[in-house]
Amino acid sequence: MINVARIDQHLSLRRRWKNHFMLGLVTLAAITAILPLMIVFFHILKEGLPALSFEFFTSLPAPTGQPGGGMGNAIAGSAILVALASAVAVPIGVLGGVYLSEYADGQVANLFRWTTDLLTSLPSIVVGLFVYATVVAPFKSFSAYAGAAALAILMVPIVVKTTEEVLKLMPQHVREAGLALGLPRWRVILFVVLRGRLPAVMTGVILALARIAGETAPLLITAFGNRNWPQALSEPTPSLPVQIFNYAISPFADWQRQAWAGALTLVFLVFALNLVARLWLARDASGRSA
Amino acid sequence: MTILSQILFGRAGHSEVRSSDFAFVFGLRILALAVIGIFISIVVFLYIRSQPVLARDGLQFFYSQEWNPSEEQYGALPFIFGTLVTSLVALILAVPVSIGSSIFLTELAPSWIAKPVGFLIEMLAAIPSVVYGLWGIFVLAPFVREYIQPVLGNNLGFLPLFQGPPFGIGIFTAGLILAVMILPTITAVCREVFLAIPRSTREGALTLGATRWETIRLAVLQTAIPGMLSAIILGLGRAMGETMAVTMLIGNRAVISSSLFAPGATMASVIANEYPEASSDMHLAALTAIGLALFLVSLVVNGVARWVIAFYRGRFNV
Repeated sequence: MINVARIDQHLSLRRRWKNHFMLGLVTLAAITAILPLMIVFFHILKEGLPALSFEFFTSLPAPTGQPGGGMGNAIAGSAILVALASAVAVPIGVLGGVYLSEYADGQVANLFRWTTDLLTSLPSIVVGLFVYATVVAPFKSFSAYAGAAALAILMVPIVVKTTEEVLKLMPQHVREAGLALGLPRWRVILFVVLRGRLPAVMTGVILALARIAGETAPLLITAFGNRNWPQALSEPTPSLPVQIFNYAISPFADWQRQAWAGALTLVFLVFALNLVARLWLARDASGRSA
Repeated sequence: MTILSQILFGRAGHSEVRSSDFAFVFGLRILALAVIGIFISIVVFLYIRSQPVLARDGLQFFYSQEWNPSEEQYGALPFIFGTLVTSLVALILAVPVSIGSSIFLTELAPSWIAKPVGFLIEMLAAIPSVVYGLWGIFVLAPFVREYIQPVLGNNLGFLPLFQGPPFGIGIFTAGLILAVMILPTITAVCREVFLAIPRSTREGALTLGATRWETIRLAVLQTAIPGMLSAIILGLGRAMGETMAVTMLIGNRAVISSSLFAPGATMASVIANEYPEASSDMHLAALTAIGLALFLVSLVVNGVARWVIAFYRGRFNV
């Protein structure tokens, strides 16, 4: 490397000063960028922790205006919605990723890649409107099916994208080795390529789960909400994000307190999923290079 | 028929020797076509559902200012205005910070700092929108009302932008929260673009005696202009579609105001705010038409961003 300090001595004062000033500004920008995260975190912990209790996780909301109660039904509802959505979206997403990575050069594949790219950037409320038109309106009821459908549409493109990227990292010679053994191509793809990269594919799935677990806007007009335990998949279903929203804009102090507890729960969940996925990926990568 | 079979089976399908392989490709292609079909049907369904209001008002729907559901008057202009202004405020605040942070992460920080800082910035994107909204209502809005708006009003109050009573809730606060939410998007793309610039470009500038900042400006920033542009456009796309946090912070009033402190509404926020309670068919149609417009605009914005990236890749081969 060049000895920057030596060169520095010959520079004009103005250039040296400008250099330090701009580098300082850039550092300040990075600090500004992580500051909101710290502040949001601080408040979620400060307001959320005291509001957490065993009751919060297990009980139904108390009647309007009364203190106590919890978000047990919303947590259960969220679990149902996310499970139902992934049951549909994960197989479709993974197979779609397989298609893009292994049969990349067809017209249909190109159109499909383009579609998933655009789907990723679709405002989630628009997906909600679409599901309202296709599921809620014909059946004349908000339902868990509708909520899960909206979440699934949001989830598929994320899983497709990560699966494609992950499978493309599989060296070509592995595929050739499988084919040389006389295996049909589909078996090579499913049982050598996909299976070999399964941990990394699962990482993508977990990240997608973390993304849709906090989705609120489409659920407002598909699953809607419910102050009872989720009864049937064809009925309005509560969810944690929607409950947080309803409580946050309510005038009752106790509900606002519970909204913070809900936010803490949700953020903890999302960050835990992110962390698991990243650690998993890091282990996968180090296992690969070793 | 031949076109249909071409679409369904394609060339790859015909070249498969085994029938099991053929069936596999066929299955995958059907799946891909189903997803494409869903995408197309989003446009079709939104168009059909917004027909009542579009047939009644035509294009006037998009430039009329009157939004009065109880009188069956629907004009989308206040929401288009709100979306544009909040996104603009968000971009003005987020772009310098994002570009600065990505320079810090790629050019300045040693990796033991860059890794955790980069991780923290990425985590900003993981926090759900509704949590930002909650934090905005109880922390950001009071702070803006007590400290930021009085200061702006006292010093820049001669501009119509900063006039009016400080509510805390309003267009300005919504733009502020959007800035935080699009910051990780812009930073991530900028970071990728900067990393793609070859080391030799930077070394060239250093060899000529440039300072570190001059190297960044000449070798990195100037080379990366198209990439940064696409990052900004992607950030814009994200800001326009963001719903919950904005709904909770903007005040939800269908008005066009010259002041940033005034309440307003965006295309996404009016849907989230009114759709669950809308009862008349015309009201639902009007909200769906706004959704359709939002969909088309976000398609165009993201299409442009991707086109810029593709163009850039082709030209600089990175």
